[in-house]
This record gives sequence, C-alpha cells and structure tokens, in this order.
Amino acid sequence: MTEIVATTPGLYPLPDRAKDDLADRKGHQKSDLISGNEGNAITEAYDHAREEVIERQQTAGLDRVVEGQLRWDDMLAHPLAVHDNVDTRGIVRYYDNNNFYRDPVIEGELTPDGDVASELDAAAELVDSGLQAVLPGPYSLADLASDEHYGDDAALLDGVAQFLAGELEQFPDVETLFLLEPSLVTDAPGDGDDERASKAIDTVADAIDAEVVVHTYWGALEEKVHAHLLDADVDALGYDLVSDHEQTIYNVNEYGTKDDVALGLVDGQNTLLETPAEIRERIEWFSEETVNDFETVYATPNTELFYLPVNKAEAKLDALASAATEEVSL
Amino acid sequence: MSNTREQFRPADHENDHFLLTTVVGSYPKPKWHDRARELFEDEDADFDADEWEESKDDAARIITDEHERADLDVITDGEMRRNEMVEFFAKRIEGYDFNGRVKVWGHNYFDKPSVVDDVEYTESWLVDEYEFTADVADAPVKVPITGPYTLASWSFNEVYDSEEALTYALADLVNEEIEALVDAGARYIQIDEPALATTPDDHAIVGEALERIAKDVPEDVRLGLHVCYGDYSRIYPEMLEYPVEEFDLELANGDFEQIDVFKDPEFTKDLALGVLDVHDTEVESVAEIKENIKKGLEIVPPERLTVSPDCGVKLLPREVAYEKMANLAEAAREVEAELDAGEIDVPAAEN
Repeated sequence: MTEIVATTPGLYPLPDRAKDDLADRKGHQKSDLISGNEGNAITEAYDHAREEVIERQQTAGLDRVVEGQLRWDDMLAHPLAVHDNVDTRGIVRYYDNNNFYRDPVIEGELTPDGDVASELDAAAELVDSGLQAVLPGPYSLADLASDEHYGDDAALLDGVAQFLAGELEQFPDVETLFLLEPSLVTDAPGDGDDERASKAIDTVADAIDAEVVVHTYWGALEEKVHAHLLDADVDALGYDLVSDHEQTIYNVNEYGTKDDVALGLVDGQNTLLETPAEIRERIEWFSEETVNDFETVYATPNTELFYLPVNKAEAKLDALASAATEEVSL
Repeated sequence: MSNTREQFRPADHENDHFLLTTVVGSYPKPKWHDRARELFEDEDADFDADEWEESKDDAARIITDEHERADLDVITDGEMRRNEMVEFFAKRIEGYDFNGRVKVWGHNYFDKPSVVDDVEYTESWLVDEYEFTADVADAPVKVPITGPYTLASWSFNEVYDSEEALTYALADLVNEEIEALVDAGARYIQIDEPALATTPDDHAIVGEALERIAKDVPEDVRLGLHVCYGDYSRIYPEMLEYPVEEFDLELANGDFEQIDVFKDPEFTKDLALGVLDVHDTEVESVAEIKENIKKGLEIVPPERLTVSPDCGVKLLPREVAYEKMANLAEAAREVEAELDAGEIDVPAAEN
C-alpha cells in the first residue's frame, strides 16, 4: 500500500502583513536584506510570521510541516548570503524568473554557522511530528554562488557539500529533509561533474538521520544526470511533473528510481488551482505509467511557493492535503 | 518606413543637426502625490475619487512642465497616473484578476495579476493621459505603453495554452489601443518590452506580436521599442526585422560595453541611446554625456540618433532626475553645434 505524504518544498510567501512590517523595519535596498545578525524586533517579526505559516500548514493537514524559510531574502542562496566568509554583491537574476538575489561571493572557508539550524529549532517548538527541513542541494548552491576561495568547480562543490553537512549536524530531529536541486535541470552537469554532483549529495545526506528527498524542477533531468543521481544514497528523487512529465516518465522507466518518490503535482508558479481530484489523477497517472511499487509518494508543488500570492499558496496547501487523505487506489 | 523624426524638431531649433532628446517615460512622483494615493486607498481617510483625480492632474501638469523646463524635445507626463507597468494595464483589461503581492526581490513586491478569462479591450487605457498631457504641453508628447510580451510574462496565465498565445491575444488589444491613441493625435509611441531581455530566446514571439501591433499604424507615427537590462547579443541582429523605426536601449549602465554588438551587422534602424545611468544618483556632467552621445555616433549617423536615459528615472530623487535630464538636453545641443561646425567625427557615416 502506497502512502501519500502531502508536503511542500518550502520557501513560503511572507504573510501580507509581515511583508509591510518587515519592509518598514528593514528597508527596500540591497543593504537592508537579511544579514544573519538581525536585532530583536526583526527576529520577533519573523517569529510571528513563522508561527502563522506553520499553523496554516497544520490547519491544511499537510503530513510534513516546513519552517517556511521566510527569512530567506536571497531564496536558495540564503545559507551563503548570511555567512561571514561570503560577501553579497550585485543583484542577479534567480534562474529564469523575474526575481533577484544578492550575488554571494565566497571569500573564505564555509564553516558551518548554524543559521538554518536555529530556524528549525524555533520551528521544532511548534511542530510535534512531521517536521521537514529544506536546504538547497550542494550542486544548486554552488551554482548560485561566485567563488573567490576554493579555486575550481570540484573544490567549490566539495566545500559547499561539507558546509551543508556541517549545518545538518546541528539540526534538531526532523522527519524528512528536502534538498532542492533545480540547477541539476537548468544547468545540467557535464561528464564527470554529474558523478561529482551525486557524490556531493551523498556527503550531505550522510550527515542526517532522516528521510532524504532530492527534489528537481523546471524541467526533467537529462538521462545521464538522472542515472548518476540514482547512485546517491538518498530515499527519494523528486520530479517536476508540471513542467515535463514525458521525459520524467522516460527516465524512470529507463533507469528506475528509488523506492520512494516525490512528485511535483501542483504548479508553484501559477495561481490556477488544482483540485484534489486532479492531484490524485496525476498521482495515479504516474503510478500507471511506471512499473515501480512505491512505498511513499511525496505529493508536493513543483517549485518553492514564494512566487504565489498568499491566498493561492494556501489554497494549494489545502488541495494537496485533501488529495493525500482521500482514498487512492494505486 | 518613412522618416518620422523631422516633425519633432522644435520650430526654434538652433542647429542644423537635430539629435532628438527624450525620456523613456517614468519620473519620480512628488511626495504629496504618493501621499494622496495612500489617502485615496485608505478607506478610513476623508479623500474621495475626485480629489485623487485632482492630484493626478496636478502631478501630470507639474511633471510635464518639468520635462519642458529641462528643454527636452519630446516629453511625457512622467507616468504620474500609473503605479506600475503591468498592474496599470491589467486593471484596465477585461480578463485579469488580482490576488495579492508577490516578491520581486528583498522586500520589493508587485501585485502580479492573473489572467482568468479571455482578455478583452473594453475601455481605453491611455487616451485620457495622452490628451491631458498634449493639452498642457507645448512640446510633442511620447506615449510609452507596456508591450504584450511583458504583459503576458509578468502575469499568471490561467487560461491560455501558452504564454505565446496570451502574448498574441494581448498584442491585438495593444493594436486597438494604439489605434485609439493615433486617432487622438499621438505621433510617437514606445512599446516597452523589458521581459524580452530576461528571456531572449523568445525574440520571435515578440517579433510576431509587434507585427500585429504595427499593422495599420499610419506612416507618420513613430513607433519605438524599449528593451533594457539584458544581453543584447542574444536578440541582435534578429531584432532589426521588427516593424519599428527606433530601438531605445540601456547602455550607460554597463559603460557602453555592449555597444559593439550593434556594429556588425550594420544597425539599420534609429537608435535611441541610453546616455544616463538611472540607478546612480550621481548626476552625469554635460561633458560626460557628450562623450556618451558620441558612442552612439559609432552606430548611427546623427540624423538617426535619439538621446535618452537608460530607462525610466522614477527611482531617482526628483532633483537628481531633473538635473540629469537638463544636462542631457544641453549635451545634445552642444554635440549638434559641434557637428554643424564639423568638429566631430561620425564613424557611422563613414561606413
């Protein structure tokens, strides 16, 4: 019997009141963005917003609850952007979106600093079971960074992987870890780099005792990248069925996948709402098209959620949660 | 396409050469005008629709005058009636709906609209703005209008099969609006397509959309395209096929590093050259702007060169925006005089 687990890849939109409140407290300019040593008033504002976002997930009935990463002004580049040995410079485009983040330039060794762990500690106070951590995968985080310290791509990737592993060691107990790896799709690693990307994921996954899901999006993985990713010692791979389901099915049928799977079923970048029935149909379709007998299917939006207005993001949580609780014949 | 430039030469223009000076469109809003909007949007405030209209009229009048005082040849009202370049239009197009703000970067948000039904043209978008500005201005007025590709890509598309299909549907509406503007007397229209810079692979979609827009536009109407903050080499030379007479480009911000892109193959349209960095509060000197203008002469001869800022200047402090524009106008006049006197080489004319 397959278990459907409703979850999300994190990075929630800030609640609307917090948008204004934090803009007033912090300002609108590049230099006003989060630094990692913000004062009490700002910390409290984020604490309130975090509570709101966690409560909303619990009300929706999601099986995994994330911290929300509301402080992540620089989206997936956040863990670097707040690091002491990283200088944030010009504003650069975030993938193929009308969104921007500060270019994080690595100037020294990436020693673990516990920034993400402290957010999760705060979340753990509010979540009795089903806490899920979200981090950028090492390949994507290295892809988002500029390097003035490690010297070459391999050393950079290794440095970033060690850094993330060090961060994970400080985490409270979590049930699941989502590692977001959009760059594996958008800027696919070539020969040799694909194998390294998979090993870097191993380094990170080995550092935590939790179910680890490597989630990919904005298209399907190239065949070879997918094949190498299967060598990584993780529990599930995540696929974006919204942007490319055909190639994904091909990859899974040709090369197999893990015993568990995450499916990006809900569009994180469109306000059009999917019904629970549609979400269930998509899960059933995937199950019919593949020969695998999955233990767990993580039902999730394909991308982070901050692209959406709050009301639509919340409606998508409700739809996902109710899709997961309905009887699903697989 | 005919030469539409001469109609904008001021009657009292002193020099034989004429470098058309203009702006991209937006201008910093006076603080009292922002405050008036806040009051209008505050349900508890005693501030009604008529008073908000009055504030918009007053701001438009003052900023139109500010452009004329800076001595620009073709002006706008600084877009005093518009809040944002997609939202403003989406509010006037049937088929759009709003759900709330989304993040662009940091704590900068915009009310990204959703297309929830077939888009339809039911009311004019800019004719009132144009007529008011033309009425209070002595100088000719340019109308900037957000292009269909940007209107499509910066929206959530819930209805159309693809962004391309939505772009073409919106292009037909833009065509309708331009027809209304032309009927009202507008002779200089600039299509703004900043989204093209972010997804240059879609240049053919923008081309097809422009064909729909330019269809039936009379020959004496000057049609321009503004594209900013991207890698122009990815849309050049393909963009030369677009049915517009002028390209308004952002080049000062990157210290004219991209200027060589336009040298091969030859630039066959008019060039509206960005000579002011709109994200730098330091006012460029007249001498500096003159050097920037000369960069444009590497691409086109003076009779095809328009001089403008990189982009809308709305994020600058108002006095900085004014000084930049005034220096731009002065620099252009000085370059014209030096061209008249044969003191400046024109590389583009020699080719």
